[in-house]
Amino acid sequence: MSEKRPVKIQVRGLSKVFGNQPKKALELRDQGQKRPEILEQTGQTLGLSNIDFDVYEGELLVIMGLSGSGKSTLIRCLNRLIDTTEGDIIIDGENIPTLSTKELLECRRRHFSMVFQNFALFPHRTVQQNTEYGLEIRGVDKAERTETARNSLKQVGLDGWEDAMPSQLSGGMQQRVGLARALANDSSVLLMDEAFSALDPLIRKDMQQELLELQHRMKKTTVFITHDLDEALNIGDRIILLKDGEIVQIGTPEEILTSPADEYVERFIEGVDMSRILTARHAMRPVRATAREDDGPRTALRKMSENGLDSIYVTSRDRKLIGLIDADSADKAVKEGQQSIDSLIHQDFRSVSPDEPLHNLFAMFSDKGFPIAVVDEERRLLGVVVKGAVLAELAEAGDN
Amino acid sequence: MATEIPRIELGDWIESGLNYLTSNYSGVTRGISAVTQTGINGLNDLLMWIPEWGLMAMIALLCWRVAGIRLGIGAVLGLALIWNLDLWDPMIETLTLVVIATLVAVVVAIPVGIAAALSERLYRVIMPILDFMQTMPAFVYLIPAIPFFGIGSVSAIFATVIFSMPPAIRFTTLGIRQVPTDLIEAADAFGSTTTQKLFKVQLPLSLPTVMAGINQTIMLALSMVVIAAMIGADGLGNEVWRAIQRLRPGDGFEAGIAVVILAMLLDRLTQSFRKTRKS
Repeated sequence: MSEKRPVKIQVRGLSKVFGNQPKKALELRDQGQKRPEILEQTGQTLGLSNIDFDVYEGELLVIMGLSGSGKSTLIRCLNRLIDTTEGDIIIDGENIPTLSTKELLECRRRHFSMVFQNFALFPHRTVQQNTEYGLEIRGVDKAERTETARNSLKQVGLDGWEDAMPSQLSGGMQQRVGLARALANDSSVLLMDEAFSALDPLIRKDMQQELLELQHRMKKTTVFITHDLDEALNIGDRIILLKDGEIVQIGTPEEILTSPADEYVERFIEGVDMSRILTARHAMRPVRATAREDDGPRTALRKMSENGLDSIYVTSRDRKLIGLIDADSADKAVKEGQQSIDSLIHQDFRSVSPDEPLHNLFAMFSDKGFPIAVVDEERRLLGVVVKGAVLAELAEAGDN
Repeated sequence: MATEIPRIELGDWIESGLNYLTSNYSGVTRGISAVTQTGINGLNDLLMWIPEWGLMAMIALLCWRVAGIRLGIGAVLGLALIWNLDLWDPMIETLTLVVIATLVAVVVAIPVGIAAALSERLYRVIMPILDFMQTMPAFVYLIPAIPFFGIGSVSAIFATVIFSMPPAIRFTTLGIRQVPTDLIEAADAFGSTTTQKLFKVQLPLSLPTVMAGINQTIMLALSMVVIAAMIGADGLGNEVWRAIQRLRPGDGFEAGIAVVILAMLLDRLTQSFRKTRKS
């Protein structure tokens, strides 16, 4: 991403040592020692080492890593549920590691709400009371917080469940309450710690979709932790890959897939079903030739034969897609002496947006073998996809 | 003995310590004594003032509402037997001592338990003290109680409070420490103060465990007030004590059965309080 985006949280040189001699561990780290050696020599665990990254305003940033990579530690350092050893975490000009207890409380209330892996709902409180919790401790008056909580419950599709106890709800619903509780707080950053990992796969997909929609609607800055690459690729605007407490790669899902930073990332993405990640944009070829709506059948036929095509897309002057002509009907029209191609244009083809996943395209190829048109929101023709290109793209991705 | 190791005069030291306390703080002990005695008399008079059948009906009703009809019927039968055996007044005296001792113990124990749960250092100081309090033979507490508070019910309360307090402290500490860490994290993440976290999350969630501790405290208090008859406490224990001195096993068993009935009622009642709060 080349564009400059407003930064919400700035993390610089963040390190965390678990143990009572952090200085010693960091010294060894600076001498180039890695986590296992440091543990062996000092008994200190280097949880995070020299982490630098930005969280942009309004983005959904995914921090991904296997267990032990330090991702849970990292997210807890952001709101200081875990104290950092060194480094800065700056949110709106405040450096979180240096805040006093009182300032930290205020900062947590204003900036952070959190969703937990095992939901962490208060079992003695109703759904409504759980949702109100953040507002209640801030001293928001009863009427207002009831209203706000009801709204957030509605947003996650739980209206009517206000008086239920958490234990009466399914896992998916409990996590919706967790999400509603976080949303009701209206903090500026949403922290999600493996929020969907405890849910079964189908519910999980639904929740990811809903989170995407919510995030799209509310533009809430979100930091999402997961160990699941599919999930990261599905929801992340950007992904940070973490290994042994260090950042391996930061990038968009595409960047990570197409140019993995090292072997570790490569091994990680091996298991990903590429046809779900790659989109029509990747397989699309530029259009070699198009017919104009005022071309005659003869011109159209010539353009086809010059480019070795069986069919040709017809576009208006501003490149908007009008329809398709195939060679057989153009040939017939020439023989019959027709002057216009209007009657030859048909709509017997599929058009998709460039973001359509490749795996959806397979079913779209018609028997006649017309290429699929890729169009933007204004139906301008961006390119075409032929069956061979999809397979080639997948094969290539598989090789990498 | 070949080597002359002087005997450590532990007993003397403790005694002189106690003497020091009794002679220098007699004002304090007399004050405590007066307040406690007033409390005992007040509650005792109140319970005695209610006619037997009235109190029986009230206790039975309470048992029924809280624990179900079976305990309600059990309460009527048990209390009727005590009344019939002419042990009603001693039973009331014992009940009074148990109630007051438990109240004092719980009022002290819960804040101490909370403090020990929140501070690791305090926890390490308090736990051995509790071990000491619980393993020391109960009778021993009766001895220093007398110079402090004289013979009678106040001394009984003093010894009973010390003897019965540990489980309430332990269970409170345990209950708070058992609150799952992710709930503590959730409370912290939303910016709760320590007090908010305690009252909105930790205490409500530890309530069943705290109630179990209170139940234990009541049971220990009951056993102690019976023993405290040795230093002049009134009640069922006194009946047992008299039966021993006169070698009348029949009388002893009658009073003993009354204690058992009272214990069962108190135990079932507090246990169901715990359960109803849980659901």
